[in-house]
Amino acid sequence: MELAFIIEKFIVVTVIFLISLTIAAYSTLAERKIAGYLQDRVGPNRAGPGGMFQPLADGLKMFFKEEIIPADSSKALFILGPSLALLTSLIGSAVIPWGQSIEIADRLVSLQIADVNVGILYIFGVVSLGVYGIMIGGWASNNKFSLMGAIRAASQSISYEIPMGLSIIALLMTTNTLSMKEIAEQQHGINWNIFYQPLGFLIFLVCSFAETNRTPFDLPECETELVGGYHTEYSGFKMGAFMFAEYLNMFLASAVMSTLYFGGYNYPGMDWVNGMAGPLFGPLIGMGVLLLKIFAFIFFFMWVRWTVPRFRYDQLMNLGWKVLIPLAIANIVITGIVITIYDKL
Amino acid sequence: MSISLFYFVAFLSIFFALLVIFAKNPVHSVLYLIVTFFTFTIHYILLNAQFLAIVNFIVYMGAIMVLFLFVLMLLNLNEGSIGSKSNLLKMIGVIGGMCLIITLVGSARVLNASEPLVLQTQDLGLVKNLGKVLFSKFLLPFELSSILLLSAMVGSVLLAKRDIKQV
Repeated sequence: MELAFIIEKFIVVTVIFLISLTIAAYSTLAERKIAGYLQDRVGPNRAGPGGMFQPLADGLKMFFKEEIIPADSSKALFILGPSLALLTSLIGSAVIPWGQSIEIADRLVSLQIADVNVGILYIFGVVSLGVYGIMIGGWASNNKFSLMGAIRAASQSISYEIPMGLSIIALLMTTNTLSMKEIAEQQHGINWNIFYQPLGFLIFLVCSFAETNRTPFDLPECETELVGGYHTEYSGFKMGAFMFAEYLNMFLASAVMSTLYFGGYNYPGMDWVNGMAGPLFGPLIGMGVLLLKIFAFIFFFMWVRWTVPRFRYDQLMNLGWKVLIPLAIANIVITGIVITIYDKL
Repeated sequence: MSISLFYFVAFLSIFFALLVIFAKNPVHSVLYLIVTFFTFTIHYILLNAQFLAIVNFIVYMGAIMVLFLFVLMLLNLNEGSIGSKSNLLKMIGVIGGMCLIITLVGSARVLNASEPLVLQTQDLGLVKNLGKVLFSKFLLPFELSSILLLSAMVGSVLLAKRDIKQV
């Protein structure tokens, strides 16, 4: 553990942390702009040119609002809920490979915070932990609507973790590794996993919508039935933390899908570009490409939110248990058969 | 460094395990149990068993404890609702605790320092090695336990379905 290594990791962590927060903040603006566009409105355009400073204004508003803690709630857990939601949505990006190693002053700097050799499972674990923030917050509010929202969140998350895990298993059978770094490296150029696992990707995508509590699966915060869902009693920055965690989760889910199925930082003709741009700027262009893919996914999340109506609760459960799980198991079997035949040839 | 880290994490495990018992509110109890499982995950990482660590993390912390929390939140037990125990139960508890103390003291008397654990190779707990051992040397126990799990699953589905059939 030399000092330079620690400083290098510290800088990478800080940069990725800042990028995540900025993207999450501007996702709130993008959401409202896209909603405006899809509904033939203008969207927020007062703060700064084209509403550019709207996230700052919203953030300030959240900070200066009065914080209310209900008298009958358990106070420590009431504060722990949103903190945990924010924490779990931030730690997931640690194993995402943001680009190839860049070379600064004869020193290879990895653009991945930690290359854990069980990287995919780590992300899966973080996702499964994410529900605790909502559950604890919903229960600590001591409000029936909040509790219903929390319980919906828990059962939804448990149900959709299963097909998500099964679709990852099919992916692992083709990649033969659990390390995110190696999976990204295998998809060099246009050799992306989406061409090997189209059904797996579709299942993963649907499950990502459910795990991030986005429409059409946003039943934990279904206003028409539950007032505000799990965050009914929250105000000020604690409410903001829950909202921010949702956008961070969306960013993380987009990053994971881009890395696992859409090649991560790889793009056709990257060797030529890397040769032209050199060992410092080439990988940075790759990182830009990854960010573009992430933005495309975030746009897709928002597009679906303003197009598809919310599911009913029994429809949600039927889709998870009776459609997605059998499909995911069939996907594993088909993948296994194809791999066996391919090996025999 | 590693030894002191182990003792620190071991202290945390025992501390939170005790809090599980002493917490008055059942939901707090479950939350402390989750933290206890998290310290177990750290123990696995210290032993270089990364796969076990992450599986413990996903299965125990992420799935089973969510179900525990789920049930307790629905029951909505409060500090007063469990009620005080009868005198007979208290007496039985005291006798049971005494027996436990005697056993613990008795076993501590014959205690030897165990052999220090030496890892054969650094990569012992990685997924690759675990998978290879599981599907060659320990294939029979592995398959048997999977059949056991399957039958338990079918059994629980049957138990849950029984009411609907009778109606």
